[in-house]
Amino acid sequence: MRRPSLDTLRGFLFGNRASYGVLFTASLYLLLIAIGFVYLYPLLFMLVTSFKSMDDLLNPMVQWVPTQLYLGNYLKAYRVLDYPAKLAASALVSLTPSLIQAAVCSLVGYGLARYRFPGKTLVFALILATFIIPAQNTVIPQMLTYKQLGLLGSLWSMLLPASLGQGYKSAIFILIFFQTFQTLPKVLEEAARLDGASDLTIFFRIALPAAVPAYVVSIIFSTVWYWNETYLTVIFLEGGVQTLPMQLSKFVQAYENLYPPGTVNIFDRLNEAVKLSGTFLNILPLLLMYFVLQKWFVESVERAGITGE
Amino acid sequence: MSVSASTRSRGLRPSLREALSGYGFILLWLIGFALFTLVPLAQTFYYSLNTVTVGVDGIKLVPVEWGNYARALFTDPNFIELLIGYAIETAVSVPIILIFSMLIALFLNLHFKFKGVFRTIFFLPVVITSGPVIQELTAQGATSIPGLAQSPAVAEFLIQLPGYLRNPVQYLLTSFILILWFSGVQILIYLASLQKIDASIYEAAAIDGASPWEAFWKITLPSLSTTTLVIAIYTVISLSHFSENKVVKYIYRQTYAVEGGIGYASAMSFIYFLVLALLLAGLYLFLNPRPQSNA
Repeated sequence: MRRPSLDTLRGFLFGNRASYGVLFTASLYLLLIAIGFVYLYPLLFMLVTSFKSMDDLLNPMVQWVPTQLYLGNYLKAYRVLDYPAKLAASALVSLTPSLIQAAVCSLVGYGLARYRFPGKTLVFALILATFIIPAQNTVIPQMLTYKQLGLLGSLWSMLLPASLGQGYKSAIFILIFFQTFQTLPKVLEEAARLDGASDLTIFFRIALPAAVPAYVVSIIFSTVWYWNETYLTVIFLEGGVQTLPMQLSKFVQAYENLYPPGTVNIFDRLNEAVKLSGTFLNILPLLLMYFVLQKWFVESVERAGITGE
Repeated sequence: MSVSASTRSRGLRPSLREALSGYGFILLWLIGFALFTLVPLAQTFYYSLNTVTVGVDGIKLVPVEWGNYARALFTDPNFIELLIGYAIETAVSVPIILIFSMLIALFLNLHFKFKGVFRTIFFLPVVITSGPVIQELTAQGATSIPGLAQSPAVAEFLIQLPGYLRNPVQYLLTSFILILWFSGVQILIYLASLQKIDASIYEAAAIDGASPWEAFWKITLPSLSTTTLVIAIYTVISLSHFSENKVVKYIYRQTYAVEGGIGYASAMSFIYFLVLALLLAGLYLFLNPRPQSNA
């Protein structure tokens, strides 16, 4: 009678073949929560600080819980960022190249997955090269050309590379589509070919509908990466279209234009709470997008069929 | 339409027809590669051999041969220091990111409730990491381990360290969370690879008396070797291309600076590219799963 109950207890605590046991599960949760807290600490810090009023900021007793839900920082940051206009610009600058990029990269990925032609290995090597070559090695001549064409500062400077398969991180999207099309069965396409369908008809009627998850994943990731990209946007768009991250990097200057340091009282001086409110407003659209589409993000690797190989 | 198309192409050999269709699909990319990568790359290299001035009447080039490279390597007091700093920071960050993402992936591969919540948490930084956001968070001291970087004991410890160790350790202390934030995509890729390992191998090993610890070293880790190489290369590239990278920022500033200029910035870009290529090559040799030639 004693042995079985001891075994049950041991199984309960240390686990057996059927479950991990309470001790293991508890330490797993504890560990993950602790790591998760450290991991999200910058965000929590930003969120808490952004709600602090001047009194709370100066009060060393107030660390994690502001004494009131102070929204003044957000009102200022909203004005300094010129939020609605810059939000629209950011949406435009990130969405349109992403749509074009997904369309072109899917054509390239399909061509690589379905057709045999000489020089394919070389093409793959060059695609990989476009991923490795740092932007600063190719960006200056492009900038000078755009300047001559009068395209500097316009959306075209982002759309043109994307429409020729050279958008931001295009290599990743080509590989996503290559993998996707390679794992799709060929049977339907071969049957259509025997019926006399042209290559493009087969692509649009058969391959494309089967690859919808890859399109969704590509467009989502491309949008996020374009949104957060600031190296190219600063070089190509400065002086023209202004995105939210670009405006955030000029926050101090923009703030002092709106609230000149000499004329405002101490409570309206720029402080870290206002800056962090601006930072939070900057990432808010992406956070909302992430929580709505989170399944597409965290299951992207499985859905798009990318693996380590 | 389709009849005429098929009669027209009937004249061609099938393999040639297939190749032409294939080139048709990648044609846009080929044009783009020439226009937006190859030509600008060659132009940037040409600029790097000149002093470039952009005026109202166009671009003026004065050849200086390898002068810009010599200046970057031997005269500029900042560039080499930044480059070495970049190499050390990358060498410190990559193992941390690899181990952290593998560890988290191993955790998330277990069966427990609310797994999805943790997956969402660990992927979150990928969505919000942009240069200006990171800059703000670092400036407010939000990217260091809470309470550690400011403690007097740590400051005391830092002073004791020799100079070449102080910078990397300081970088670790002030940007530790930031380093971890580069693990999002890596965790997902590891997780997908873990899920592809056949469960029956573990069962067979368990029957033969292998402990989970042994199973990890003998089954899991070898199965992940290719994935690890891919992830390591991806990590080095994303760290090197990040717009807050100090070398990237320096080259950007010099492009528009009076004392720098486009020619000088181009030369530094090529040196940086070479260093990145060497780092990647070294990584490949170090992590490449041994080819089984002696079998």
